[in-house]
Amino acid sequence: MDPIHQFEIKNLLPIAHIGGIEIAFTNSALFMLIGLATILLLMLGATRSRALVPGRLQTVAEVSYEFVATTLRSTAGPEGMKFFPLVFSIFMFILVLNLMGIIPYAFTVTSHIIITVAFALLVFLTVVIYGFWQHGLHFLKLFVPSGIPIYILPLVTAIEVLSFFSRPVSHSVRLFANMLAGHITLKVFGGFVVMIGGFGFLGWLGAALPLALTTVLTALELLVAVLQAYVFAILTCIYLNDAIHPGH
Amino acid sequence: MAQSNAESAGSVEVPASEHGAGFPPFNSHTFASQLLWLALLFVALYVLMSRVALPRIGSILEARRRHIDADLAEAQRFKDASDAAIAAHETALADARGRAQALANETRAKAAAAADARRKQVDAKLHDRIREAEKAIAVTRSSAMANLRGMAVEAAGAIVERLTGVTPASEEVGQAVTKVLKR
Repeated sequence: MDPIHQFEIKNLLPIAHIGGIEIAFTNSALFMLIGLATILLLMLGATRSRALVPGRLQTVAEVSYEFVATTLRSTAGPEGMKFFPLVFSIFMFILVLNLMGIIPYAFTVTSHIIITVAFALLVFLTVVIYGFWQHGLHFLKLFVPSGIPIYILPLVTAIEVLSFFSRPVSHSVRLFANMLAGHITLKVFGGFVVMIGGFGFLGWLGAALPLALTTVLTALELLVAVLQAYVFAILTCIYLNDAIHPGH
Repeated sequence: MAQSNAESAGSVEVPASEHGAGFPPFNSHTFASQLLWLALLFVALYVLMSRVALPRIGSILEARRRHIDADLAEAQRFKDASDAAIAAHETALADARGRAQALANETRAKAAAAADARRKQVDAKLHDRIREAEKAIAVTRSSAMANLRGMAVEAAGAIVERLTGVTPASEEVGQAVTKVLKR
């Protein structure tokens, strides 16, 4: 009944203690592993035959390939395609983890902020390192938009810097908060069904409303799961575009 | 939402105090494990995607695109060939039509010329016959006129004799008849 219980990390197989830090194979790791296996099954298993006329699963693999490729190419240009494996891996991993989380009793890996922060920092550091490596100090032009009058330039630059450094925060919190809030809501309404349903026949009638709401919310969560994976991926594309074309 | 969030955060206060953190996503004790597995599995995913899966799908799509392009090119070649055949057929048809037209015109002109010549010939023949007939008529008429004059002279002489009992001289009667006929 506790809507927070679903987010608890359980140690399934303790591995080591390093300086008081516990390393273990947890339910989170298990679901990451299942997610990885799912992606590999889809992207490697379904494309094994390299069919000219694709079957269903190969079509799914091809559609996801082309979807991410089109998104990246339209956002970051043809040069952005060198980041295609990165964007694709991030998108697929988050998408599969989000979708798996909707399955009852499953653990939602992306509802933990440390995971989304790790992804956001991966993107942020990729942008910063690639930007400086490719453009040197010209990368800093990112903070100085052209065509701005000189007397408000310091203000605009300050805002640009601030917005640049708040990117990993909003990038990670958006996904984390969406997953967390959605699953708490589902659990709360699911709890109502059990609670009201416990009052006998009238309770069954009364439980119909939260049950219907849970059904609708599950559909909504399905949408949110896909949408947030897409949002994360397209923001990644937009940030990478800054690293590739810092002049704009 | 925030309320239920806060409530539930409160309800797990007991284990939280044991582990030093309440809300599971903010429990820093689990961060190391999560990051470790995430790093391991994501690197595995990245390597497998960038080395195997994505190049494979790329090559599948490329092969399909090439196949389709080749098929389209072949279809275009067939279409061009059929277009050329249609054009040749139409040229031949136009040629034949033109030749037929020319032939018909020629034949028509020849027939018209022949008909014209024949008509002229017939015309001329008819003309000759008309002239001959006219000549004959003129001869007949003049002889008839001469006979008429003789008859008129005789008749006039007989009428004068009957009326007056005197036989006029035939020269006088002749002169008188000639004068009347001249009028």
